[in-house]
Amino acid sequence: MNNAKFLVYLICMAGITYLIRMIPFVLFKKEIKNKYVLSFLHYIPYAVLSVMTIPAIFNSTENIWSAIVGTVTAVILAFMEKSLLTVAAASCVAVFVTEYIMKLM
Amino acid sequence: MAEINSFRKGITDGMPICLGYLSVAFAFGIFATEKGLSILQALIVSMTNVTSAGQLAGVPIMVAGGTIAELVLSQFIINLRYALMSVSLSQKLGKSVRMKDRFVISFMMTDEVFGVASGNGKRVGRNYLFGLIVTPFIGWSLGTLLGAGAGNILPVAVVSALGIAIYAMFVAIVIPEVKKCANTLMCVICAVAIGCVLCFVPAFSFIPEGFRVIIAAGAASAIFAFLKPLEAKGEEDDE
Repeated sequence: MNNAKFLVYLICMAGITYLIRMIPFVLFKKEIKNKYVLSFLHYIPYAVLSVMTIPAIFNSTENIWSAIVGTVTAVILAFMEKSLLTVAAASCVAVFVTEYIMKLM
Repeated sequence: MAEINSFRKGITDGMPICLGYLSVAFAFGIFATEKGLSILQALIVSMTNVTSAGQLAGVPIMVAGGTIAELVLSQFIINLRYALMSVSLSQKLGKSVRMKDRFVISFMMTDEVFGVASGNGKRVGRNYLFGLIVTPFIGWSLGTLLGAGAGNILPVAVVSALGIAIYAMFVAIVIPEVKKCANTLMCVICAVAIGCVLCFVPAFSFIPEGFRVIIAAGAASAIFAFLKPLEAKGEEDDE
């Protein structure tokens, strides 16, 4: 990607991301009290991550079958509250094994 | 409340985060170079942003030549949770944390760093926090560099398998929460349903991916914040 264009995007992206983190951390001394704002802030991360995951996770590997196996593996381990590393690694292994078996068939 | 302020303790607590970031950033490195960023560009994105979901949404907008408004708005919505975490953690800082330290520490306010820093029931001091953020930053940067650089020379099967890593990590963040909170579960289902409609109904196909995430997640969260607001106290599991 063209470096000049990249730089403009980068500054905007990194700038907004840093400001979101920094401004409340530096300025906020009081607690937020409004329950609707608090609730929105509570829901938003999970909603965002879910929308980003579905349907994209099913296109994230070579074929949909390995993606389904990887997804199911991740869901089961996440349900058991395994660590992020364990869930991510096991899901990758499940995809790898599924694709390997499919090539043998 | 007691204060932890040991740099060494911070390093120890940061190591699992570092290992997790290595694998996820590795997948991001592959993703970014496949989308068309150079190895150096992918590394710089990671070193300046340190946000998995944000980077995953931002890079496609960059390479597709999306508008700055789309990029900034998508980052704003996706990363808005960090504002809540910053507010929350700002109430738990020890006296040793100076104003200028806040400018540095907030740069590394990620879900995992926040979780560890705020989950130990004590005030956190500057030495501890600096220790805590060092190895995750290294893991995130190094993982991206390795993924971007070695992604091409790895066998296709391995790259394919690693492609799911970031999404699996998102699953690992969301599932434990929706397991214990039915309202969050319904909100998430609602968000995904809106997202899928926007994704698969041809009439909406003009909406770029960045905005799709904003619209679906923003609408679902607003609806549920209005219909099912959390009780003022007792449900603050971000504490």
